[in-house]
Amino acid sequence: MIDFHVQKTIHSVQGPLVLDVSLQIKSGEWVALCGPSGSGKTTLLRLLAGLEKPESGYITFDNEVWYNNRVFVKPQDRSIGFVFQDYALFPNMSIREQLLFALPDSRNQALVDELLELTGLETLAHRYPAQLSGGQKQRVALARAVARQPKLLVLDEPLSALDQETRLRLQDEMEKIHQHFGLTTLLVSHDAAEVKRLANRVVCIEAGKISKQGLPQELFASGSQPVLGKVIAIQTVEEQWLVTIQCGETKRQLLVADPSIQLGDRVWIRD
Amino acid sequence: MIDDFGQTLLVTLALAAFTTVILVVLGVPLAYGLAYSKFRGKAVIEAVVSLPLVLPPTVTGFYLLLAFSEESAIGSWLIHTLGMHLNFTFTGILVGSVFYSLPFMVHPVQSGFENLSASLREASLTLGKSQWTTLIRVLLPNIKPSLLSGLVLSFAHTIGEFGLVLMIGGNIPGQTRVASIAIYDEVESFNYDRANAYALVLLGVAFCILLLLFTYNKKLRTRILL
Repeated sequence: MIDFHVQKTIHSVQGPLVLDVSLQIKSGEWVALCGPSGSGKTTLLRLLAGLEKPESGYITFDNEVWYNNRVFVKPQDRSIGFVFQDYALFPNMSIREQLLFALPDSRNQALVDELLELTGLETLAHRYPAQLSGGQKQRVALARAVARQPKLLVLDEPLSALDQETRLRLQDEMEKIHQHFGLTTLLVSHDAAEVKRLANRVVCIEAGKISKQGLPQELFASGSQPVLGKVIAIQTVEEQWLVTIQCGETKRQLLVADPSIQLGDRVWIRD
Repeated sequence: MIDDFGQTLLVTLALAAFTTVILVVLGVPLAYGLAYSKFRGKAVIEAVVSLPLVLPPTVTGFYLLLAFSEESAIGSWLIHTLGMHLNFTFTGILVGSVFYSLPFMVHPVQSGFENLSASLREASLTLGKSQWTTLIRVLLPNIKPSLLSGLVLSFAHTIGEFGLVLMIGGNIPGQTRVASIAIYDEVESFNYDRANAYALVLLGVAFCILLLLFTYNKKLRTRILL
């Protein structure tokens, strides 16, 4: 179980903001973090991984202290698998080499083969990151984080840059890996459908604080919550704009009178 | 027996080669520290590293000459505790060259590190790898063009040194007499042919290493983009 209470001042676009989050996550649980951009989700993951230092608080994992006012365990000594938003694959290593590099015990090559098979990467194992598609890179990042044999898997918007079909396939793979290796997983996602499908619990963070938490079905019940979407098409219709918004797996169309709307804008919509 | 001409070229090449090797050992960790750490006084270290870029070599040489002399505290310690006489010796011009060429190694390597995505280093650390393993296996292989620039520029810059070597080392054949000083010396004595021979060798070496740098870096960049 991971148990933490961390505090840190972060400097977001809207100005300084105090991240103050306290949470307990049981072993084997899959928790999704959601909330608007700049609310501190990524910073929270980085604090847990030891990539940033909290100003105060504590982090314990299975009774092992990772951080308190006297202790700071370095990222390399925390049992965390971190999947970065930009994948962070090493350009100088082939897929197989990345996985071998991540192994805590280099003799355990069977795990590398197993992960390559689980993620369908066997035939690409000799390729380098520059020769892979976005979905393939994401799979390598996931397999590499798991090859490290962590107790806690942390995923920072891992599927945000991928097309819908690839997202669905990768959600299956993430689910498979989570179950297969008995991991505790923490996922940042803006996609309600993805969260409903994968997580046991949703924690919403707004302006650095937990605003609500609960079961995904409750929090993302249709109609009760605004959903974050991305503007993917704009057409002009009689001095108004017909905007197509991608919300998770579904597309919605709305008539908008606001001329400032642009392609790629992230917008909240309510049913 | 090597003649004076060969001996001078040998001293020049040995100085450049040793300086470059020492700069890899000192410069790469220094560049790593400057690229990835935040600490009080970092600007002071960056300024000291960059000093040779703006300071006339004779000024650097003059102060090092004073520092290495028995009258100064550093020089006295070097001579009496370590038994190192640095003024007018090869070791002395080597120490001076390392300081003089430091920015030519540190700057390209540091900017190589800074231009790499920060998540590469962080990913390696979260994979349980030490900073040393991360440096050797992840960071350095991905900044090969910058590392090569550092190596070549340090080497080429040391070969062209004049003022600093003359200040600390003087002009002792076989010990501190390098090609650029020999050229000056030969011109002073109206031996234009001899000066030309030295100059041609330096021109050839400089051109060849720059050619190697640009060809190899182009290949490396193409490979990274593929």
